[in-house]
Amino acid sequence: MKTKSLLSNGRAPKLWHFHGGVHLPDEKQLSNTVAVADAPISAQLVIPLQQHIGAPSRPCVAVGEHVKKGQMIGEPQGYISAPVHAPSSGVVSAIEPRPVPHPSGLSAPCIVIDTDGEDAWGELPEPIADFEQAEANVLRERVRMSGIVGMGGASFPSNVKLNPGADQPIGTLIINGAECEPYITCDDLLMRERAADIIDGVRVMLHVLAAPKCLIGIEDNKPEAIDAMRRAVADRDLGGRIDVVAIPTLYPSGGEKQLIKILTGKEVPSHGIPAQIGIVCQNVGTAAAVADAVLRGRPLIERLVTVTGRAVRSPRNYRVRIGTPAQDLVAASGGLGEDLAKLVVGGPMMGFKIESDAIPVTKAANCILALTAAETPDPGEPLACIRCGRCAEVCPANLLPQQLYWHARAKDLDKVQDYNLFDCIECGCCAHVCPSHIPLVQYYRYAKAESWARESEKRAAEHARERHAAREARLERQERERKAKLRKKKEAIAPKPGGEGGEGPGDDAKKAAIEAARKRVLDKKAKQPPAEGADAVAPPPHDAQTEPAAASKPAPRTERQAVEEAQS
Amino acid sequence: MRAGFVSSPHSARVNRVDWVMLQVCLALIPGILAMVWFFGWGVLINVALAVVFAVSAEAIVMKLRGRPVLPAIGDYSAVVTGVLFALTVPPTLPWWLTLLGILFAIVIVKQLYGGIGYNPFNPAMAGYVFLLISYPVQTTTWLPPDIPALLEARDLTLLSFMDSARLIFTGVLPAGLGWDAVSAATPLDEMRTMLDQGAAIGEIRQSPLSGLFGGRGWEWVAGGFLVGGLYLLWQRVITWHIPVAFSAGLFVTAGIFWFVDPGTHPSPLFHLFSGGALLGAFFIATDPVSACTTPRGQLIYGASIGALIYVIRTWGGYPDAVAFAVLLLNIAAPMIDHYTQPRVFGHGKRA
Repeated sequence: MKTKSLLSNGRAPKLWHFHGGVHLPDEKQLSNTVAVADAPISAQLVIPLQQHIGAPSRPCVAVGEHVKKGQMIGEPQGYISAPVHAPSSGVVSAIEPRPVPHPSGLSAPCIVIDTDGEDAWGELPEPIADFEQAEANVLRERVRMSGIVGMGGASFPSNVKLNPGADQPIGTLIINGAECEPYITCDDLLMRERAADIIDGVRVMLHVLAAPKCLIGIEDNKPEAIDAMRRAVADRDLGGRIDVVAIPTLYPSGGEKQLIKILTGKEVPSHGIPAQIGIVCQNVGTAAAVADAVLRGRPLIERLVTVTGRAVRSPRNYRVRIGTPAQDLVAASGGLGEDLAKLVVGGPMMGFKIESDAIPVTKAANCILALTAAETPDPGEPLACIRCGRCAEVCPANLLPQQLYWHARAKDLDKVQDYNLFDCIECGCCAHVCPSHIPLVQYYRYAKAESWARESEKRAAEHARERHAAREARLERQERERKAKLRKKKEAIAPKPGGEGGEGPGDDAKKAAIEAARKRVLDKKAKQPPAEGADAVAPPPHDAQTEPAAASKPAPRTERQAVEEAQS
Repeated sequence: MRAGFVSSPHSARVNRVDWVMLQVCLALIPGILAMVWFFGWGVLINVALAVVFAVSAEAIVMKLRGRPVLPAIGDYSAVVTGVLFALTVPPTLPWWLTLLGILFAIVIVKQLYGGIGYNPFNPAMAGYVFLLISYPVQTTTWLPPDIPALLEARDLTLLSFMDSARLIFTGVLPAGLGWDAVSAATPLDEMRTMLDQGAAIGEIRQSPLSGLFGGRGWEWVAGGFLVGGLYLLWQRVITWHIPVAFSAGLFVTAGIFWFVDPGTHPSPLFHLFSGGALLGAFFIATDPVSACTTPRGQLIYGASIGALIYVIRTWGGYPDAVAFAVLLLNIAAPMIDHYTQPRVFGHGKRA
């Protein structure tokens, strides 16, 4: 057989199975018979500031500013974040909320660039051709500043995944070329056309992770891609560290946890990440982007997008600048047919419906799917569950979807968690086979959202309770102190033997201490230049000391801060 | 496009309740044909009556509940209940008893609990047991199989289509014939009676009622249901767990006693091919609504029914026991499910 796998050691690989899964008509031939085309430069590009999991990026250009292709226009905020770059040259015409591809259909902050058509590159960072000699940190920083996020759909910042920590040695890098969703062929075409770049990206990642080997899993319905990747491995990988493994076509083999199980037999622990079992998993698109970033200095500003479905005239794959409106791609494919029933971003199993194609392509958008009514028939009014258990048969997480459904319907959030709702990957197999056409995944999403809401409510309530308790304690303490002071005052007034003032020896000592502390602080302050951020380090002393009620308190605090300052 | 239903998956659904129920009806055809062949037209008349009663009852109750009627009768679940009920009662059952049994099954056991999907008990079996307890004579008067040698040996007469129809609708036997002349014990009855009288298995096997390993005619009916059951497996309407565990539970239990003393215990094959065992294994215990849903649970559920059938047949008060065993395990199904949850992906040895 053409796609039969042999490992670099000449042996056939042992493959494992995950529970369930469904065989789907793959519909890939619609779009995988034509080569990738360059999408035209749109007059306007809309780049969402958040195209990744984590904190959104912060705009670092102003409206009216001219930007060059590849220039950073949004900088990352925090560790789990990613920058965005200008996909073409032009003028920033707006920074405002625009509709983005999201199931909610809501808008999110975007940078809008009116392109000038020159597509002129700005200054790019130096290529790191000799990456094997480079430090892992340098390469990770390059990946980070190139805005690379997981391109299989999850869009988690790649540099974070490439930094599992010193205590977490990585034994295997897994590259996901399974592309198990029907219709989508962008990874297939990427592997056929840029196999060498993917392998280069893999070599970079192997170096960064110090991992000894890499397994590239590709479903056996993509024989051309498997061949191309094998040839590239033979050409590029000298150490025999990389193996291309053909895996049986079965949805959802491309799920991260499922692919890891198929290739290694290991299960990622519930609520855990692959690094815990010594594995890092990246998509083939991510690998190609890493090669671009490290070997060419190019940030992630374009990706392959499949435009397909029977409601577009000529389905095919495009090399698309991030921010290109989906409608321009649809137009390039001959526009939408009269028979359009549903427009989806992503695949038919896990993608989400969009109301309009006036949304930009993002780093995670792999497919614009225009389905006819025949391809996505109305499932009709759901019938009662007959407990047939087909859902449990096909569930790749080995859950009991039916029990989850009953409890989600009853809004019994404790029970759904007993039945491990959060191990559900929302692959849609259960709903696909349900004879009652119950929108099961929708119930699970609802139950998850409710559980999160309840969790945060619980946290908020806990926080409020703590604050209340703290306030009570403070008031009580202040009352106690007030009374103590009053008593001392009375004691001081009561004897009055000589002409000396009304201050006891204790107060005297305290006052002296306060005075000394204040003096130390002031001295220190005088010595330091004010721009050093001394205010940020020691804001309270002034306030605390001018507040009479807290007079007995500030001494230790001031001392502590004085010490801190001395250390700084 | 239906507003509100926007969640993935967007794929065409590959399964439908009405398709499932139609497959069950289709799969019952070989068994029904065998029954008609051996027990006459009464079988078909009963099936037709039961189906009409069941669908009408379902429609009326849905109307009373203010729910849409068409989807409820369009899923053919009432048809399946009617057919299964009709196949468990004798082909001479008066029409009003069929009506009574079906009303109990559909109205009380199914709809009062909330309709399809919500009934804890198998409606057809509950309806049958209701009649069996309330009208024991009518529900146990079986006809002899249409086998000339047997009819001659026992001096029995067959009922024509008109005779059957008259008997069912008016309760009148053909002129000049008493019940003794038209009815015969089932092989399970015969086995039970003769064993109680101290006969050995060898002697009983000499009876003209005995066939290859079950009762004459009866074993062909069982074979018909086996063929239908295999069809359901092939169409993936049912999984292997319940039928295999059911058959194994009965076979192994019977096998142990038969192995110890074959003189007073019929062979496990006799048990498997007699009465409603194979109909039960493939069509009744597999009713998804009232059965267990976890794979391990289904094994326990099926095996328990099989073993229980042997217990009731051998030491209980009724010659056959499929209905009782199924209903008893229906009660236990939720608990079995609770303790047999599968290990979830990414969890340790026990979920």
